[in-house]
Amino acid sequence: MKFVDEFRDPAKAQALVEDIRRVLSRIPSSRRRPLQVMEVCGGHTHTIFRYGIQRMLPDEDLEYVHGPGCPVCVLPMGRVDDCVALAERPEVIFSTFGDAMRVPGSRKSLLQAKADGADVRMVYSPLDALALARRHPDREVIFFGLGFETTMPSTAMTLIQARRQGLRNFSLFCNHITIIPTLRALLDAPDLRLDALVGPGHVSMIIGTSPYDFIARDYGRPVAIAGFEPLDLLHATWMVLKQLAEGRCEIENQYGRVVPPDGNPRALAAIDEVFEPREHFEWRGLGSIAQSGVRIRPAYAAYDAERKFAVPNVAIADPSACQCGEVLKGLIRPHQCRVFGTACTPETPLGALMVSSEGACAAQYGYGRQAAHA
Amino acid sequence: MCLGIPGQIVAILDAESAIATVEVGGVRRPVNVSFVMDDGPIETCIGAWVLVHVGFAMARIDAEEAARTLAVLAELEEFQAEMQSMVQTP
Repeated sequence: MKFVDEFRDPAKAQALVEDIRRVLSRIPSSRRRPLQVMEVCGGHTHTIFRYGIQRMLPDEDLEYVHGPGCPVCVLPMGRVDDCVALAERPEVIFSTFGDAMRVPGSRKSLLQAKADGADVRMVYSPLDALALARRHPDREVIFFGLGFETTMPSTAMTLIQARRQGLRNFSLFCNHITIIPTLRALLDAPDLRLDALVGPGHVSMIIGTSPYDFIARDYGRPVAIAGFEPLDLLHATWMVLKQLAEGRCEIENQYGRVVPPDGNPRALAAIDEVFEPREHFEWRGLGSIAQSGVRIRPAYAAYDAERKFAVPNVAIADPSACQCGEVLKGLIRPHQCRVFGTACTPETPLGALMVSSEGACAAQYGYGRQAAHA
Repeated sequence: MCLGIPGQIVAILDAESAIATVEVGGVRRPVNVSFVMDDGPIETCIGAWVLVHVGFAMARIDAEEAARTLAVLAELEEFQAEMQSMVQTP
């Protein structure tokens, strides 16, 4: 197939790398450090490590900062403990995505809880959890919903269907988070030094491009929303660097073949029907961020696990040796963390960034250990 | 986590709940298509290529984009895991 070959064409990647070098040479060199471009999305982080993109680029001039866009990575320990407490109730079938199973809590992960006898089921879709509730009318089925706007419409529609079907034994433990307040908090951090951002592709397919306008307008940082192929990332990187070279500051859309300017209005309507902002939400490594989470609206209270069951909701401090927060803010690179690859490995993760293949530390451990600055 | 896998809508299973059969990488699976419907009857979705995420079609894409994305995904372990969970869970 022609387009697949085009994607495979290393000459195209090389041409983009040359374009990036050229545009870098046009950006004033008064700075004493590499330009920092944050890829917000964990999928992009994975692509960067998987294809060694950082190694293709001049390291002294350009550095990727791996952003907070891996939902399992930013889940605080206390929330995992809440999941385990819910899962250990005898009447409960606790269901969630595979990614969430291995995230360490202060006592155990969901996978360990399952090994200890709790009824924890890995599902592919929240609709599978709904089907579990229909099949087990004598049990309480809880779905642990997490993720950004990409995943939020699916859990919203699942609750809409649960209500339509009049199910009484299904509820959602809602831990969804939203990208815009999170980016605002990162941009407000006094120790952050970002020069530009590569915007998330699939979150943007839902929310569209205009929610990012404030980044250009209020913070003077260029943004390019990118797809997930290596060429997409190189292209988007070139787009933000070109903006910097030309003194422009805009929201550009490199992933127009999937991301419409207005996002997906039907999906946004489902989110709005079911969810409302929380005042605060606790992030692993980043602390509490105002308005960055959502909860279930009162109209759907019957399907809210937090209202239906006693959730311990105890805050647990991150392990003190763990430097996930500094990695997330771009202050250190993953391999510079004091426990990277020693006390903290993908087999026995200490910090959340080591848990998912989209976490910066796990990605670097898996693909980039030999290269000090992969 | 935010992986989107291209698939083609091949049949409508349950019009009321907007569930269609989508063929994803050779596997057929029920997928909710309510987010990619237009104002017409649900049958007009048949044949469309969509990006599937956790059992929901999230965006319409063209056949070329679908083929490109599948080629890239085929190399990822995460894709294999996602396909596996798609087949294993009901």
